[in-house]
Amino acid sequence: MTSDLFAAAALLTGTFFVLVSALGALRFPDLFMRMHAATKAGTLGAGLILAAAVIVFGTTAVTTKAVLVFLFLLLTMPVAAHVLGRVAYYDGVPLWDRTEVDALAGKYDVRDASSSSSTPRPDGLEEGGTAAGPPKGS
Amino acid sequence: MIFVGVEPTLLSVVAAISLTLVAISIVLAFFRVLRGPSLPDRVMALDMIGLMSVSVIVLTAIVNDEPVMLDAAIALALISFLGTLAYARFIERREKSDDE
Repeated sequence: MTSDLFAAAALLTGTFFVLVSALGALRFPDLFMRMHAATKAGTLGAGLILAAAVIVFGTTAVTTKAVLVFLFLLLTMPVAAHVLGRVAYYDGVPLWDRTEVDALAGKYDVRDASSSSSTPRPDGLEEGGTAAGPPKGS
Repeated sequence: MIFVGVEPTLLSVVAAISLTLVAISIVLAFFRVLRGPSLPDRVMALDMIGLMSVSVIVLTAIVNDEPVMLDAAIALALISFLGTLAYARFIERREKSDDE
């Protein structure tokens, strides 16, 4: 019975974090803040819900699967967020207009959000297709 | 749906509440998919919907007392990551268009 209490608590906290991450993704002013809310809080919420499943079932098979899912999430979510954030910055997604510091400003050729599609690609992807955007002037 | 012919326990009630709230979260994330304003915003929201789907699968496994469903959660956790990566590659390589 006490394990049920723990499971219920984990479920409710996990759901709370999932809900908060969705609210953050909806309400934050620019893409990078929204990703910050979605990735971290969302992973924590899913992990807590998985923990609740482990407590409810309590078998070795379920524990292994839940740990596996959480491990996959822990490995994939930061990578996906990083790749997406990098691509978004190169793509010229605007920062919040009250952003104080843009540490990457001027270091990369950022595709201008207002430019037309006829401008040449700044990162030379036509030839190589590699992921890295080279520094300006290279 | 959940409580038909079953005595509600603490856990089943809490799991039902959690399912409802996660469903609401998916709707909120879907509003972000609709609103954009940029393509990476939509991809980010879709990625988040994938994460919440994993939560829904785990919650359904708890509600229905079916631990087999966790296999689907494993698969989804991997597949949604690949989808996000593919979208990121697409954003990087596409020609910029006005109608995003």
